[in-house]
Amino acid sequence: MLEHTLRRMGFGASPADLAFWAGMPVDTVIDRLLNYESASTDHDAKIGGPEYVGITTSAGNPFSANTLINDARQRWLFRMIHSQRPLEEKMALFWHNHFATAYSKIAGAVGQERATRMMDNDPSSLEGSPAGQIQVLRQFATGSFPGMLLAMAKDPAMVYWLDSQLNTRTRPQENFGREIMELFSLGIGHYTEADVYAAARVFTGFNWQLAGDRASNLTSYYTFLYRPADHDTNAKTFTFAIYPDGGKTIPARAAAAGEQDALDLILALARHPATAQRLATRLYKFFVNETSEPDASLVNAMAQSYLANNYNIKAVLRTLFQSSQFRNPANFFQRYSWPIEYVVRAIKETGWTGFTVSSALTPLTNMGQQLYEPPDVNGWATGPEWISTSSMLSRMNFSATLASNQRFNLARDAQPHRATPDRLLQYLLARFPNMGFTSTATNAMSEYLRSTAWTGTDAQLQTRVPGLTRLIVGSGEYQFN
Amino acid sequence: MAFSRRQFVKGGVTAFTFGFAAPQAICDIAFAQGSAARNLVVVYLSGGNDSLSTIIPYRDANYTTRRPTIAIPAANVLQIGSDSSRVELGLHPRLTGLKSIFDAGRLAVIQRTGYANQSRSHFTGFDIWGTASTTNTSGPGWLGRYLDTMPMPVDPLVAWNTQRETPRPLMARTVGVPAITNPSTYAFSSPNSGAEAGYERTAQTRISSHIPVDRPHLAFVNSTTQAALGTLDRVATVATYRPANVYPNNGFGQALTAVAGAMNKQIGTKVYWVQTGGFDTHATQGVNQGAYFNLMATLGDGLKAFYDDLSAQGLLSSTLVLVYSEFGRRINENGSAGTDHGAGANMMVLGGGVRGGIYGTAPSLSLDPANPTLENNAADVKYETDFRSVYAKILDSWLGSNSVTVLGGDYREGAPNFL
Repeated sequence: MLEHTLRRMGFGASPADLAFWAGMPVDTVIDRLLNYESASTDHDAKIGGPEYVGITTSAGNPFSANTLINDARQRWLFRMIHSQRPLEEKMALFWHNHFATAYSKIAGAVGQERATRMMDNDPSSLEGSPAGQIQVLRQFATGSFPGMLLAMAKDPAMVYWLDSQLNTRTRPQENFGREIMELFSLGIGHYTEADVYAAARVFTGFNWQLAGDRASNLTSYYTFLYRPADHDTNAKTFTFAIYPDGGKTIPARAAAAGEQDALDLILALARHPATAQRLATRLYKFFVNETSEPDASLVNAMAQSYLANNYNIKAVLRTLFQSSQFRNPANFFQRYSWPIEYVVRAIKETGWTGFTVSSALTPLTNMGQQLYEPPDVNGWATGPEWISTSSMLSRMNFSATLASNQRFNLARDAQPHRATPDRLLQYLLARFPNMGFTSTATNAMSEYLRSTAWTGTDAQLQTRVPGLTRLIVGSGEYQFN
Repeated sequence: MAFSRRQFVKGGVTAFTFGFAAPQAICDIAFAQGSAARNLVVVYLSGGNDSLSTIIPYRDANYTTRRPTIAIPAANVLQIGSDSSRVELGLHPRLTGLKSIFDAGRLAVIQRTGYANQSRSHFTGFDIWGTASTTNTSGPGWLGRYLDTMPMPVDPLVAWNTQRETPRPLMARTVGVPAITNPSTYAFSSPNSGAEAGYERTAQTRISSHIPVDRPHLAFVNSTTQAALGTLDRVATVATYRPANVYPNNGFGQALTAVAGAMNKQIGTKVYWVQTGGFDTHATQGVNQGAYFNLMATLGDGLKAFYDDLSAQGLLSSTLVLVYSEFGRRINENGSAGTDHGAGANMMVLGGGVRGGIYGTAPSLSLDPANPTLENNAADVKYETDFRSVYAKILDSWLGSNSVTVLGGDYREGAPNFL
């Protein structure tokens, strides 16, 4: 149960994590992971420390996580491995997929430094610079959903990603207006083409601007800009209720007050029952089970919590994590690990001393998930769609890379269990929690350990322990979370 | 999107057990079937191609007035003659390679394909084109259903997806399609070397040989691993392929090189999936340069290199290439010198067995709301040819399959006669 909780509410547990949480009642564990506001935020300060996973900059440059995208990727992986607030990173990943925005389009327009800032800037890194998109998603991770929708409508990365800066009174442009309904809130089937045109007009005038010291890409940054002159001041009528009294028309209002249009629409989208159901279903699949039909009673209870608590995400998550379904062993290992989840859990369970997360970047791309680079605005295709021959080879090969790197640590840890191959096997199967192997598979592992006569010498441990580690971590049984 | 595949996994478990049970024996079958078989290469243009910029009715006065900044000047288009309604057409100026294939009589362009009440959503649209159904868009795809009709046991390399993720059209009930993005990195690495590495590969193969009927998702993953490990050595031969001509150095060119390599090495694959993206041109499409120009360069140069390569190898007559996208785009350009999501669009078919030419009629771009060739108040192109009739033609006349069975209905009527 503890391992399950730490896998789902975070990215798994290292042996030290397990020791830390051991003996605590599960309700306490869940409560502390969910209410992480008081937990330390010292993770970035640990970067570079010898007891943590390493980072490697390109060509020996200083680590520049706010202005170089591969460094930003490493910082995020580091946080997933070492943050004291694992749920914050887990939710940031969930929302990254929900508001899927790709760095490459933005970098093509404004260059890598400013684009990296737009994706995940830490505001303390440069006076006046706003939080990057993922940092905003962390801030709203368990907060107000309409607040997050509004923040995304005004997020410079989102503005450019969905062409909002081109959407003007005389030349409305539908891209953002469509996706905020199709993908970010209601879902398809709950709006019409006419609603798309109206929504496009609501967001006319939403734009971005370059600020800071423009002399350098390193010292300048983009911020949101509302341009009243570009806003369509006419009334906009929808097919669904915009106001609590059932009114479907956003009234004509002065251009200077035009941002209120967006607020009206976003509140309407946030309180729509279809949004409640859709968010509850997506969260259920992400945290409980995606291999069988969602449990309608829990999904409905989550949707109800959302509607009854001012569209607050933590209320939904509390209902979810306190449910019997979350704790039901039948739901353990009933999610396909996303590549990020797979890699981070493998690192936490295998060990990281002497390993650098830069070694995970190319494998993650090959597994189909590069951070800050979802394939399109619909996010990644999850569940069984993660699995292909190519992605499975990438997963198996990453387990080989990691096990090879951790060869001596793994062999040392295994020394107390070296007496027989089967004792060693039992030890490693327990170290890497999985959905359970049949005897066919464990026999194959046991025979692997005895490929040549078992001696249990240090030299043999240094060969076969990493070998068996890769077999387990690369197995089908380990791909589930 | 994620949930739909789950049902397919559930239904497919027993067959997975059968299909991937004996990779070695299957290899022999594949080699025996050999290269004589015809193959199909599907090229998907991701994002919704603005097909009015691909095949241009350049004399239509409304084409210029409705697209004041992005219309391709008549003087620049590559003229290909007129369609049956006497509309003069031209290819995009950057499609010089496709023009030469057209002139050789091996490129068919099919105008105004689509379906009634066309979806403007990328994702729904892709699934409708993928499943060949407007109502049940979450099941297996049309190519997957074709693969499902193959006699068991099916060679794991019967189809080859050059993308990492299995696209809807390739999803099958009983056949797992390998994703091979790059044959040269399609390998099994090890923390150890020599015999020790061999022990690991043997063990991993045995561990994944367990395909439990009561755990369908594990069965699916293990089947996929089996397919990967069982095909590594054959795919490795493809990595040694060196084309005699030069392909563009981009993802599309690399994928097509791998496809030509698989054909050259007689892998026996029948269906290939290739895609190239960036077609969601909401802004700054450009005219004589810019975003759309670059898209046409990627598409045209890649297909031409592939065509020339196959031609030189004598493989053209066994190859058919189908090019499509999930929707066409709005006729009027938007305020960003781009185009928003639209409806009807063009498909293209090329290959040694293709009867080249222009099929179907171009839309009249007149703004009259009653204009029968347009829809949505004359904003979008209305389809004339059901896209499924093109699939039907390919299934029946090229792959020797039964389109009624595969497509779940008779779509043969009105099929353009390009084969």
